[in-house]
Amino acid sequence: MAEFLQFVFSGLTVGAIYALVAIGFTLIYNASDVVNFAQGEFVMLGGLTTVFLGYAGVPLPLAALVAVLLTTAVGLALYRFAIMTAREANAVTLIIITIGASIFLRGVAEVVFDKRFHSLPPLFGSDPIRVGGAAILPQSLLVLAGALIIVVLLWAFIDRTLFGKAVIATSANRVAARLVGIDTRIIVGACFALSAAIGAIAGILITPITLTSYNAGTLLALKGFAAVMLGGIGSAAGAVVGGVLLGLLEALAAGYVSASYKDAVAFLVILAVLFAMPQGLFGRAKFERV
Amino acid sequence: MAAVTVLSAERLSISFGGVRALDGVSFDVASGIVFSIIGPNGAGKTTLFNLISGLSVPHDGHVRLCGKDVTALPPEQLARRGLSRTFQNLQIFSHLTAVENVMVGRHRHEVTGIVADLLHLPAVGRQNRRTRERAAAALARVGLEDVAEWPAGSLAYGDLKRLEIARALASEPTVLLLDEPAAGCNPVETREIEDIIRGIVDDDVTVVLVEHDMRLVMNVSDRIHVLANGRTLAEGAAAEVRMNPAVIEAYLGVRGTSEPALAVG
Amino acid sequence: MSVLALLDRFRLPQHRLVSLLPLAALILLLPLLFPSAYYYRVAALIFIFAIAGLGLNLLMGFAGQVSLGHAGFMGVGAYAVAIGPSHLGIPPLLSFVLGALLSALVAFVVGRPILRLKGHYLAVATLGFGVLLAIVFTNEANWTGGPDGMTVPRLILFHWPLRGAETWYWILAASFLVGAALALNLIDSPTGRALRAIHDSEIAARVLGVDVAEKKLMIFIVSAVYASVAGSYLALINGYITPDVSGFLRSIELVAMVVLGGMGSVVGSLVGSAVLVILPQALTLFHDYEHLVLGLIVMGVMIFLRGGIVPSVAAALRGWRP
Repeated sequence: MAEFLQFVFSGLTVGAIYALVAIGFTLIYNASDVVNFAQGEFVMLGGLTTVFLGYAGVPLPLAALVAVLLTTAVGLALYRFAIMTAREANAVTLIIITIGASIFLRGVAEVVFDKRFHSLPPLFGSDPIRVGGAAILPQSLLVLAGALIIVVLLWAFIDRTLFGKAVIATSANRVAARLVGIDTRIIVGACFALSAAIGAIAGILITPITLTSYNAGTLLALKGFAAVMLGGIGSAAGAVVGGVLLGLLEALAAGYVSASYKDAVAFLVILAVLFAMPQGLFGRAKFERV
Repeated sequence: MAAVTVLSAERLSISFGGVRALDGVSFDVASGIVFSIIGPNGAGKTTLFNLISGLSVPHDGHVRLCGKDVTALPPEQLARRGLSRTFQNLQIFSHLTAVENVMVGRHRHEVTGIVADLLHLPAVGRQNRRTRERAAAALARVGLEDVAEWPAGSLAYGDLKRLEIARALASEPTVLLLDEPAAGCNPVETREIEDIIRGIVDDDVTVVLVEHDMRLVMNVSDRIHVLANGRTLAEGAAAEVRMNPAVIEAYLGVRGTSEPALAVG
Repeated sequence: MSVLALLDRFRLPQHRLVSLLPLAALILLLPLLFPSAYYYRVAALIFIFAIAGLGLNLLMGFAGQVSLGHAGFMGVGAYAVAIGPSHLGIPPLLSFVLGALLSALVAFVVGRPILRLKGHYLAVATLGFGVLLAIVFTNEANWTGGPDGMTVPRLILFHWPLRGAETWYWILAASFLVGAALALNLIDSPTGRALRAIHDSEIAARVLGVDVAEKKLMIFIVSAVYASVAGSYLALINGYITPDVSGFLRSIELVAMVVLGGMGSVVGSLVGSAVLVILPQALTLFHDYEHLVLGLIVMGVMIFLRGGIVPSVAAALRGWRP
C-alpha cells in the first residue's frame, strides 16, 4: 500500500507537468491547428536558463523570471519566423516544421549550455513529508499546486476576459473571427507566448525533482502529445486529465511492470488511443460530410 | 424486350445528427435507360448517391445491383460489380495527366499484382499499352483527345466534368451515376454533356442522373424520380412528372398553376 | 536506323532508361575524381541513405502518406545482420534477407491499423512507432548490446570478405540502381498509377475499384523493405551499430532528405541523401552544431523548399510549360 501510494505521488507529480505541456499544446492547436513539437523545448529552456543564470550569480527568483520571459520570446519567435512564414502549409508540414524547431532549439541549448544534467534547489527544502507510509517531496506539492494555479488562472483568463473571448472565437473559426475584426495573428501569437510561458514555469517547477538537460524536451513533447490524445485533442479539460492519467499510468507501469520501459507507456497510449478511441476521453468524434 | 432491373433502392433511410436526410426512398431502374433524380436543394440527392455508391451506409433499407444486395459494400467492391460514378464537386487526380486519370478508371480490369509491377514483367508492359489505348478511346468519346497529355490540374472546369465521365466510363460500368454533370457549365457545354449521355446509353450503360438543369433532364430522361425533404414526391415518365402539381409546388411553392414548372425550351 | 527510332519502333520503355543511364554513367566516372578511400566511403553512405529515401519517397511522394518513424525499419535491418550471426548463428547474407522479411512482417502488422489514420494522426502514430522500436533496441541489451550497441560480423560472400570502401561503393551503387529501377517500374504500372491517384483523391480511387487500404499497406511494406536493406548495409559497412540507427532524429533526417531532394523524384532521393550525408562530414569541425544545423535545415526545407530541389530545377529547365 505504501508502495502504491509512492507510485501515485510520483505519478501525479510528473503527470502535472505532462498536463501543463498538454495545455500548452492545446492552446496552440485550438488557435492555429498547429501541433507544436517544440512544446517540450519550452519546458527545457525554462529550467536550464534558470539554472545557468543561477550559476552566473543571478538570484534565483530573478533568474526564473528572466527564464520565463526569454522562453516566451522564443515562443513568439517560433510563431513569427517558422509558422507565419509557412503560409498554407498542411498539417503534416507544420508538424515537421515544429519538429525542426525543436531540434534546432535542442541544438542551441547543446551549444549555449552543455550536455550534462542540472538541477535547481527545491523551494521548500528536500525533507520528504510522510503520508501513509509513502514519502512526498515538498517540491512535488509545489508542482501540483503550481499546475493547479496555472490551470485556474488560464481558465479565468480565457473565460472571463475579452482577450480570452477572442481566443475562443479564433479557435472556433479563424475566418469568422477575422471577419469580426479580430487580428488572429495577435491571438495566435499570444497563444504561442502563453504556451511558452506555461512550459517554462513547468520546467522551473520540475527541475528540482527530475533534473534537466538539453535533450529533455523531445520526450516531454511526445508525452505531452500522448496526454493530449488521451484527453481528446482540442479539449483543455482533456489535456489536464490526460496528463495526470498518463503520469499515473507511467509511474504504475514503471513500478509494477518494468522500469526500463517506462517511456514506452506514452507511445503505447498514443497508439492505443488512435486505434480504439481516436477522439480521446473528452473529444467529440469528428463528423465529416462527404 | 423485358426490362431488367439493374439497380433498385428499397426504403432507403439515413439520418445525420438528428436530421432525417432520407426517409424510405424506393425506386427501380430498368436497364439501358436514363433515370433522373431531381429535387430542390437539400432534398437528399447527393446523400442518396453516396448511399448507392457505398460512401455511406444507410440506417435502413437496401440497395440492389443486378438483383444482388450490395447495401453495405464499400465503393471499391461496387466498382468491381459494375457501378461507377462522377462527383458533383469533382474528384480529379490533379497531378496526373488527363489520360492517366482515365487509365486509373481501367484499374478494375488490370490484373498484374505488385510484384509483377515492381519487376515490370512483359505482361505489365502489354497491359499498360492496352490500358492506355482504352483510355485514349474514352477520352476521344468525350472530345478530350487533344488534352490527353496535359496535367489534369491545368484543365478548364468544363473539360474536367467531361474527364470525370470518361474516367468513370473507362471502368466499363453497368450502371453509371452522374452527379450534376452539367453543374457550372454553359449552354454549349451542357449540350455536349447531353450528347455524351445519349452516347453512353446507346452503349447499353444505364445512367442514373442527378441534375438541376431541367432542360437537360427533360431532354435525356426516360424516367424521373422527384425527391423533396428526403422523401419521394413523385416518379414517372418525364412528361407526367413535369405536369405533376405536387412537383410544381415543391419547386415553386405555388398552388394550382396549370403552367408546367419544368419547362422545356 | 537511329537508336531512338529503334526504341520507338519496339515500344521500349524510353523514359525509365533515360533517367538511369546518366546516373549509371556518373556512378562509373565519379571514382576517377576520388583522391582517397574516404570519398568512396562517403559515396557509399550516400547510396545507403538514398536507398532508404527511395522507399520513403514511394510512400510519401507518390502515395501521399507520411512516416515519421521510418528509421525504425532501418533499425530492424541493421540489428538483423548483427543479431543473426552473433546470437543465432545465422549467416550474414541470410540474416540480411530475414531482416528484410521481418521488416515486411512488422510493416504488415503495424501498417494495417496505422494507415487508417490521416494527417497529423498518421504522422504521430508513425513517430510513436519509430520511437517504440528505438526503445526496444535500447532496452533489450542481451540481444542488442543496449545503448552502447554491438559489433556486426563481416559479410563473407563465397569466401570473399567484403571490406574496403571501394568494394562497398560498387555494391551499394549497384543496389541503388536496382532499387531505383524497381521504383521506376512501379511508378509506370497499374499499382503506381493507383498510388498517385490515392495521393490526389482517395474517394475517387475507391470508386474506380482501387482497394486503397490494401495499396497503402503494400507500399508501406515496400518502403519498409527498402529501409531495412539500407539499415542492413549501414550495419555491415560500419561494422558496428547503436540504437541511434533507428532513432527519432534519424527518422526526421530521412523525411528532410526526401522533401529536400524532391518528393516523387527518384533522382531526388540521391540528391537529398547527398546533402544530408555530406553536411555533417563538412561540419566535422563544428560537430557540436550538428543538431542546430539539422533543425535549421528541416525548418528551411519544409518552409521554403517544399517542392524539393530536383523538381524545382527540372521545372526551371523546362521553362514553366503548363
